[in-house]
Amino acid sequence: MQTASERLPAARYAAAWRLWSKLERVVVPALILAGWEAFSRSGALPQSLLPPPSAVLHALGDWVLGLDGSTQDYSGTWFRHALSSSWRVFAGFVIAGLSGILIGTAIGWSRSAEKTLEPTLQMLRPVPPVSWIPLAIIWFGIADKPAIFLVFLGAFFPTLMNTIHGVKTIDRNLIRAGAMMGASGRQLLVHIVVPAALPSIFAGLRIAIGSAWMLTVTAEMVAVKSGVGYVLWDSYYFLRYDMVIAAMVSIGLLGYLSDLAIKRLMGVVLRWQRTTTVQGREG
Amino acid sequence: MAEIAIRSIVKTFTDRTRGREITALDTVSLNIGDHDFVCLLGPSGCGKSTLLNMIAGFEAPSSGRIEVGGTLVEKPGADRGVVFQQPTLMPWLTVADNVAFHLKLKGVGRTERRARAQHFIDLVGLTGFEGHYPSELSGGMNQRVGIARALLMNPRVILMDEPFAALDAQTKLEMQEELVAIWQRIRCTIVFVTHSVDEALVLGNRIAVMTRRPGRIRDYFDFDMPRPRDITSPAFNDAKRRVLALIREEAGSSRKAA
Repeated sequence: MQTASERLPAARYAAAWRLWSKLERVVVPALILAGWEAFSRSGALPQSLLPPPSAVLHALGDWVLGLDGSTQDYSGTWFRHALSSSWRVFAGFVIAGLSGILIGTAIGWSRSAEKTLEPTLQMLRPVPPVSWIPLAIIWFGIADKPAIFLVFLGAFFPTLMNTIHGVKTIDRNLIRAGAMMGASGRQLLVHIVVPAALPSIFAGLRIAIGSAWMLTVTAEMVAVKSGVGYVLWDSYYFLRYDMVIAAMVSIGLLGYLSDLAIKRLMGVVLRWQRTTTVQGREG
Repeated sequence: MAEIAIRSIVKTFTDRTRGREITALDTVSLNIGDHDFVCLLGPSGCGKSTLLNMIAGFEAPSSGRIEVGGTLVEKPGADRGVVFQQPTLMPWLTVADNVAFHLKLKGVGRTERRARAQHFIDLVGLTGFEGHYPSELSGGMNQRVGIARALLMNPRVILMDEPFAALDAQTKLEMQEELVAIWQRIRCTIVFVTHSVDEALVLGNRIAVMTRRPGRIRDYFDFDMPRPRDITSPAFNDAKRRVLALIREEAGSSRKAA
């Protein structure tokens, strides 16, 4: 009789392979963190200038949970700041998304809307949203509004451009099929043009949510007294680089989660597309 | 009275890159009777699809007029069902919703939509696939959905633009048989565009042979061979020989002209 390990080297390879496929995703981040920790502790730079990941984690822990008050005023305030930032992103993103889809559909569909609206919008588009900060502060003061305004500017154009593209590249025969079945102009828009443009619209929304976080943080550094971006800039003044990095990590996490939410929504709305890929993989 | 009256249709396109006028259809006239199954047979580029698109109302003739049921065709409408060369289904709708799309546009309630769609889904042999998306079905099945969608509108005429061209030979034969059976059952008027002599002779009871560009009607004849038609029978072969001779003669004369 052979023992199991003698008999089946292939099984051992398979087990090793399964283990590797579980670790695959974490290997690179783990190596980076370990290298960073080692470098930071080596004393090549003062630790206060490049805090090791362990210190960042410590700061983040106290910021979130209020463990030992090591982050002073910010101890235990993470959720409040995260919520402020998230609200600004959400408000600006929703306004930008709705108006981008609406105006984009109009421009893509109607020649006269294209002629009247597009030149103006295309001239505004290259103006970086951050250059609106002075005017935003003058118009809206120092609170949520200037941040929401900037988020709107950052999220509007990606949504707009992708909606226009989606509407313009729609298969002309789908429109013909709709007209053949007796659809009015408005029905064509609602029942055919917008659904057909949805994959492109969602691509725009995913770019938009990235811009939204970028601009919330920028606005909070300059024009607002709360939010993760504010904490980041304030910590810089107090030389708390561990908090700066903890804030950066938080922004990354929040941005990742909001993108995930859009991806989930996309999976539900575009489930007719998902079946394509599933079948494509099997067949 | 003719169900579809095509009167002296001329269609010209402007070739912008070369600044030339191209005549696609040159004075085409055709009367199609009620319950006819007419096949428009012609080579690629002869304007047969253009003619079909004009009956559908997708394109306007440069001159001449087309009437369907005594009414001048000016735009697309649900009195003329179209089955496209590609199935052209709404990819975001299930089979049942695609078939019932016309009813949805008319504001018919969900229960009735389902019931009426089901009838036509059964008719084209797609029972059990009501909840599938087009991307999950084969080309032949999607084309059946396209046919069911056109039938559900209960149109005066059904216009078909080489709907079986992209299918494999076996599926094509099946679909042709089923289409004839459906036509015999509901006795609608069908205009069917094809470049295949066999297909035209299997399907049509009247066949219009078109010339190469500019498209004209070369010949328009009744073909009353009893159904089901055996494509290997002498009668079928005789007909095929006659049509091929027409086409060859036409090709020869255009070569001489060129």
